[in-house]
Amino acid sequence: MLNPLFYIQAIVLALSQIWANKLRSILTMLGIIFGVWAVTTVVAALSGVTTMVLKEFEALGGSKMFIFPDRPDDAPRNKYPWSVIRLKPDELIALATNCPSIVAITPETNLGATIQHGERKREAVRVTGIWPDWHDIQKRATLIGRPFARVDEENARQVCLVNQDAISELGLDTDPIGQHILVRSRRFLVVGVVENRRETIFDRNVTGTEILIPFSTAVKLQDPQFFFMIIAKLKSPEVAAEAKAEARFVLRQARKLGPDEPDTFELFAADEFIAGVKRVSMVLTVGGGCVVAVSLLVGGIGIMNIMLVSVSERTREIGLRKAVGATPAAVLMQFLLEAIMLCLVGGVIGIAFGEATALALSKFPGANLQEAAVPWWAIVMSFSFCAATGVIFGMFPAIKAARLDPIEALRHE
Amino acid sequence: MIISTRQLCKVYRVGVERIHALRGIDLQIEPNEFVAIMGSSGSGKSTLMNIIGCLDRPTSGQYLLDGRDTSRIGVRDLARVRNQQIGFVFQSFELLPRMTALKNVELPLIYASGGWRARRRKAEEALERVGLGDRMHHRPNQLSGGQKQRVAIARAILNNPAILLADEPTGNLDTATTNELMEVFEQLHDEGQTILVVTHETHVAVHCRRTITLTDGLISSDISTSSKGDVGNGVRTVGRAIEGALGTPTAPTHRLKDA
Repeated sequence: MLNPLFYIQAIVLALSQIWANKLRSILTMLGIIFGVWAVTTVVAALSGVTTMVLKEFEALGGSKMFIFPDRPDDAPRNKYPWSVIRLKPDELIALATNCPSIVAITPETNLGATIQHGERKREAVRVTGIWPDWHDIQKRATLIGRPFARVDEENARQVCLVNQDAISELGLDTDPIGQHILVRSRRFLVVGVVENRRETIFDRNVTGTEILIPFSTAVKLQDPQFFFMIIAKLKSPEVAAEAKAEARFVLRQARKLGPDEPDTFELFAADEFIAGVKRVSMVLTVGGGCVVAVSLLVGGIGIMNIMLVSVSERTREIGLRKAVGATPAAVLMQFLLEAIMLCLVGGVIGIAFGEATALALSKFPGANLQEAAVPWWAIVMSFSFCAATGVIFGMFPAIKAARLDPIEALRHE
Repeated sequence: MIISTRQLCKVYRVGVERIHALRGIDLQIEPNEFVAIMGSSGSGKSTLMNIIGCLDRPTSGQYLLDGRDTSRIGVRDLARVRNQQIGFVFQSFELLPRMTALKNVELPLIYASGGWRARRRKAEEALERVGLGDRMHHRPNQLSGGQKQRVAIARAILNNPAILLADEPTGNLDTATTNELMEVFEQLHDEGQTILVVTHETHVAVHCRRTITLTDGLISSDISTSSKGDVGNGVRTVGRAIEGALGTPTAPTHRLKDA
């Protein structure tokens, strides 16, 4: 076993060698530096994007499930016409009553309508038909007045909610409760004001007038084959898979689909989305890892080259060390440690650059990467890869040094 | 008996040719002897030196170092033997340029066990013994040739080796410095150190108490001079010995490259 002081001395010696040959060492380490720099930056940016996307998605409602009509892939159009695959109101009621994992459910159907208030007239305004559960699901506050109640839906009352933007665009009073607006020439009583949609990375175009009316009222205004989608709130994000199974069962039964027939609808829950984001981010991270592996390989060859030069430059020194009692293992260890130190110093510089870049990214206006940071596991991994590179590419020169014949070495010019 | 060899032979292969560097050396060296090994280029003196220093192994024959058969020592333990029992001094000093004199002297200790303080003290003592107590923190390029060689001697005697081996220690030094350096060897000899010097120069050999001359891989003469007081006689004796061995009336005035 080697004296512990030997290791300290070898590391100090290695660092002093690096310092004494500053330019050469830096050029040698470039491959390592760039590799580590690139990967820490990529990982930092990815982790920033992932964190932000997931955060926004949670805010949007991580425990939501969306249900759309969907024509099965490769299926002939005439077999699944729109009239068959579109969601129907009785299917909505079946889902609402038969799915224990669903705690709230609402349809959403949009129609473009001409809106009039006094002299002001707006074309093609988005009018959305909803159930009262919508308030609970979308979490948009009712600022003035009241939200929809069951009675509005059951009686298909001609009442509406407007958003904040509608007040100015339609010239309504600041408190518009009790005022009337015309939707497709029908008089609707304004009963409340809901806040505007919040901007998210998924939905940037959030300004403009919005009119909300009871779903049953909207049905009367719609075409007979109108489209709607369903948004359900689940007990918790963890029951997404169960909720999907329940909804699939209910819908397949309602549509009398045989066991061989594909789904004619699509269920989409947040768990898939989160898993998707994580998968994409992992694929990118692995891709980044491959880039690093290549650049570490290139850097490693540089390290091996310079270590071979070092061994041949210091042949006499090796001879002397052997003459005064260095075992082959001690010589091997000395040169191996030097290669490892070279790689680790390169790694430190690369990580420092990566941290600086991550900081710059997080401060970059408009990049939306406030969360960008180099995760600790990336630092640990970079260091271990650097050390491994040092061991792998330093081994051959070190073995060469350890095998030198001391007599030959001392005679070397 | 520090060193005892019996029928020591060394054969090198160069291509298909076989070169007999040593053809059967029987050599005994007692503790506290001060021996010079002389001989012309190719006489085998460097090969003998390398074998005695455990850097090389004989092709045949036996070499006992301090009573221990070196053919039975493995590679790792041979490194330990070099570390503990042998001190080397080379013609071109072999100091590491970026280290101070003290660090250079400490070098063998990093391959041995022992703590930081003990190491420092040992190295300082060794430097003081060779008269360089005031130059400990100088780097080799701040030292003269003689001083460099004294650092190398301090490094060699650090572990109180059984034998101090010097290979042409004065080959790179002028006459005045050579005499100074030989004084250091004399002093170490007086302190009880066993010393073996390989040299071409008779004025180096006269400092020794025994001169062995090698010719073509064999000992051709082995002459002892009783004491340092016998220098004049020693010079004549050694001169005659060389004359006999080399067949030339004058001693070589310049160093010959040793093969």
